[in-house]
Formats: sequence, structure tokens, C-alpha cells
Amino acid sequence: MSRRQLIVLAAVLALACVLPFLVSNYRTFQFNLVIIYAIALLGLNILTGYNGQISLGHGAFYAMGAYCTAILMDKFGVPYWATLPVAGAVCLLFGFLFGLPALRLEGLYLALATFALGVSLPQLLKYHQLENWTGGVQGIVIAKPEAPAFFGSLGLRLNPDQWLYFFTLAVAIVMFVLAWNLLRGRVGRALVAIRDQHVAAEAMGINSAMVKSLTFGVSAMYTGIAGSLGAIAVQFVAPDSFNIFLSIVFLVGIVVGGLASISGAIYGALFIQFVPNVADEISKAAPWAIFGVFLIGFVYLMPMGVAGALRMAVARLGRKRQNT
Amino acid sequence: MDAFFHQVIAGLATGGIYASLALALVMIYQATHLINFAQGEMAMFATYIAWTLVEAGMPYWAAFFLTVAFAFVFGVVIERIVIRPVENAPVLAVVVVFIALLVILNSVTGWIYTYTIKTFPSPFPAEPIFGKYLTSHQGGAIAVTLVVLLLLFAFFRYTPLGLAMRAAAQNPESSRLVGIRVGWMLALGWGLASAIGAVAGVMVAPIVYLDPNMMGGVLLYAFAAALVGGVDSPGGAVFGGFLVGVLENVLGAFVIGNELKLAVALVLIIGVLVVRPSGFFGKVLVTRV
Repeated sequence: MSRRQLIVLAAVLALACVLPFLVSNYRTFQFNLVIIYAIALLGLNILTGYNGQISLGHGAFYAMGAYCTAILMDKFGVPYWATLPVAGAVCLLFGFLFGLPALRLEGLYLALATFALGVSLPQLLKYHQLENWTGGVQGIVIAKPEAPAFFGSLGLRLNPDQWLYFFTLAVAIVMFVLAWNLLRGRVGRALVAIRDQHVAAEAMGINSAMVKSLTFGVSAMYTGIAGSLGAIAVQFVAPDSFNIFLSIVFLVGIVVGGLASISGAIYGALFIQFVPNVADEISKAAPWAIFGVFLIGFVYLMPMGVAGALRMAVARLGRKRQNT
Repeated sequence: MDAFFHQVIAGLATGGIYASLALALVMIYQATHLINFAQGEMAMFATYIAWTLVEAGMPYWAAFFLTVAFAFVFGVVIERIVIRPVENAPVLAVVVVFIALLVILNSVTGWIYTYTIKTFPSPFPAEPIFGKYLTSHQGGAIAVTLVVLLLLFAFFRYTPLGLAMRAAAQNPESSRLVGIRVGWMLALGWGLASAIGAVAGVMVAPIVYLDPNMMGGVLLYAFAAALVGGVDSPGGAVFGGFLVGVLENVLGAFVIGNELKLAVALVLIIGVLVVRPSGFFGKVLVTRV
């Protein structure tokens, strides 16, 4: 990382830390969701952006993570923070298993299979045999966690929204650092190589099958952890909030934010959280019309998304400065 | 046994509708090697047009044919304006554009017509005319599907335009050399697919009722049907459609219950893709590396 990048990063982190003290509780909750979406988008971007496997059903893994947390908290009384690793592990396993047959599917067919998963998931969650666990159509309501007493003794009074925000932020930082480490090294190069030239990648000694399934697993794990954080933040899970449109929202997020870009996950998350808020005032259907138009617009005009456009703008400014 | 027979017949009726939509998917796949995720929403939109016309007092069959004509033009326009620019783009870009079309059509319809569920008229009489197993709408839907199939077969087999379209899909370069305008043939293909989809939409609307999300499940079954039959085989798609319709009804009624019907499509899709990606009648693809 260059010095300028480090300064920007530090500024963003500092801003993220003071934000909850500057805005209302409701805004804090919204920014909490932004961070959660950013983790989910990062997961999808690892798979689709870096590895080139198209998933139209990542909402399914988000739902899986959310339900893991809700069931563990509601039925087994597990504390909320302890459910994250379990949700992550479950999604890693399911993602890996789904990735195994998906290996034989390239491009379009994988999109089709994951689309089918996304469409049929709400029905599976409503299935009456599982109702004891999933709560059927009603879903599960979970309790909102309070800030630990430890912070109160330090003289720092955090309300539950602020506490959850910082909890999510901490998890997000860990996840982003892990992803950055994973993607900039040998593994990251292998992912990109498989995306761009899988035959050549195999000839270079990359175990394409293994890498692809593992990528699917890791990607599902990220999205699952995001789902689990989302369940804690919203305190409620129900089948109909995890329909195919959730998966499409994630797709919108990575296309707008920028494919194969870590920072793109954050731009995308801001976009999918705040644009519908604004658009809702026009009509109930407006957010989706706008999402659709943005999708087409980005594919035609800005295929690298916001992150790519920013990168180009910075590079151009740098060149100008050198010339003068 | 009687109940079983009843379910099979009902399955054949919905299967005819899946077959039509699957056929539309296959037509676009053959020409461009793409699977149109927006096919269902295009059909849904056309069905709303038909509803508007019927509500405005137009006789049913006039509205029907006007809708099919509209859907044809609509498909051509979409190919020309939206799909053209990404013709040679990577798969991801194309999939994203299809998904964008899907959500735009869905939300615009919701915007214009609201999300309240509407009933859609059936042109066939209410009393059963095909004996006790079949309502007349089911019988009518099967008949309409078969007529569409026959017309399509005749069109592609016996008309110069149909031949030109097949040629453009199979070998674009050589077709261009003999003077076929390949770009326009693709657009016509989209128009035809959209028109077939509209027929499926109008036939399924009296069963599932009219709302902007009505095609979600139907599209999934159509995907399954196209894959079971082989995604590049029109005859296979029709066979697959009927098979999926019967399987869905029989399994839904006797084995897994109505709650998990969509899972049948999921399992079929993944199963076919993993075990036999070319389906029953498709060509086995060999890629040279």
C-alpha cells in the first residue's frame, strides 16, 4: 500500500468510528446494515469478480447464516457473538458442497443453478417439517444484545444500536483484512488466473477444481457471516425477506461497486442501502426500476464500477500533476 | 389410481405451458447461446397488456392476437436496443443485462398496475367438455400449445424465412456470405420467442392469477424443462415441459407435498446439469482446448 492509500484508509476508519456519535440511532442502524452488506458483497465479489463464477443465489447463503444465528440464539440460548463462527462454518461447508457439482458448470449454467437455488429457498425455509426450527412463515424473533457492562465501567455509554455498530465494524475489519491478505497473494493470483485462462492456469499447476470449490465455500462463508450479523441487527428472520430479489440486490451491489475490487464492496453497500431509501419516496416500485437502469448503465458505460472509475480518475489526476 | 390419473392430466396441462416457455428459451439459446433470464417477465408484461385490452372491452381472441403481435415487436425492439450492445461481451455482462431487464419489467409492471393480484379470464367454457379428468381451460391450454408447436414446426421447416433463421443460428459466417442478414434474424428470433412466451403467459394467467411475480415459479420449471430436454433441442424442450409438468404435479400431490414443489425444479436443474448437461436430446458439447 502506498502512503496515500494508508492515509485514506486511516481517515475512513476514523470517520467510521465517530459516525455513530454524530447521527441518530436510526442512521446508526442503517450504517450498521451498510457494513453488513459490504461483507456480503465482498464474499460475492471474491467468487464472481475475482474467480469469474457467476452466482445469482447468494441470498441463499445470507439466509443460511441468518437462520443459523437465529436458531442458535432462540432454541439453544447461545450468545450472539458465539453464533458467528458457527454460521460461518456451516456456510463454508454448504458453499463447498454446492461448489463441487458447480465445478462442472461454466458461466451461464452456474448462473442458472444458483438462480434456481435463490428462487426456491423461501419455500424450503417455510417447509412444515422444519417448522420447529425455522418458525415457518412466521420466522424467528431474537433479542437485541446490550453493550457489555465493561464499556460502562470505562465511562463509555453505548446504546444497543451503537454497540452493534461497533461489533459489526470490528468483524468487518477482520474479514476485510483476511480477504485482502487472501487476494493479493498466491491464492488471489490463482483465482484471477482461473477466471481469465483456466487451461493455462491448470498448466501452471493450479488445482482448478479444488480452488474453485474452496472459493465457493469461502465466498458463502463471508455472505453467511454477513447474514448472521444481519439477523442480529434486524432481530428478526423470515423466509420472505430472503427471496430471489435479495440475491439480485447483491449482484447490483458488486456491479455498481466494482467487480474484482475490495473497496468496491463498500461503495456497492452504500448504494444498495441508501438509493432505495431515496427512491422509495417516488413509488414502491421505483427502487427496482432504478436498480435495473443502473445495472444496464454500468455494464455499458462503466464496467469496472465506481471503484474502477475512481481508480482511473486518481491515475489521471496523478498524470496531470506530473506533466505540469 | 383415479387421483393419480387426474394429477397426470393436470400435469400435462401445466406442462404444455412450461413447454411453450421452454421453447422460447431454447430459441434464444440456439441463436445466441444465451439463456434469457428475463423471458418470464417479458411474458408477464405481455399478459398484462392482454388484460388491459380485455378490460377495455375487446373480444378475447382479438386481444390475444394483438398481444402476441405486440410481444413480437417488443422482443425485436429489446434485442435491437438492449441486447445488441453486449452481443460479444463476457457472459457476466450479458447475465447482468438479463437480470436488469427482469427487474425493470417487474417493477415497471408493478408501478403501472400495482401489485394487487388480478383474475384473468379464460376463453374456454367453465363446464368440462373433455370428460371428468380435465377442466376445459386445461384442455384448451394443451390444444393451444400443440397448435403453437405445429405452427413453429411448419414455419421453420417450410418457409424460406424459417430456413434463413435456422441457418443464421447454425452458421452465422456462411449465412452472411449467402446474403442473410444475421443481425435481423437474431432480432426476429427474439421476437418469436417473446411471442411464444406471451402465449404461455396468457394461458397460465387464469391458473396462477395475474401479478407481477407470477412467472417466477413458471420460469424455473421452464428452465428445468429446457435442460431436461437438452437446451439446444426444441423437440426436447417440449418433451421436457410435459415431463416436468407431470413430475411437478405427481410428486407435489403424492410424495413431497405442495410446499416443496419448487425444490423439484431445483433438484432437476442441478441433477441434469451434473449428470447429463446435454439433457435427453441435446448435442454433447465437445470443446477443443
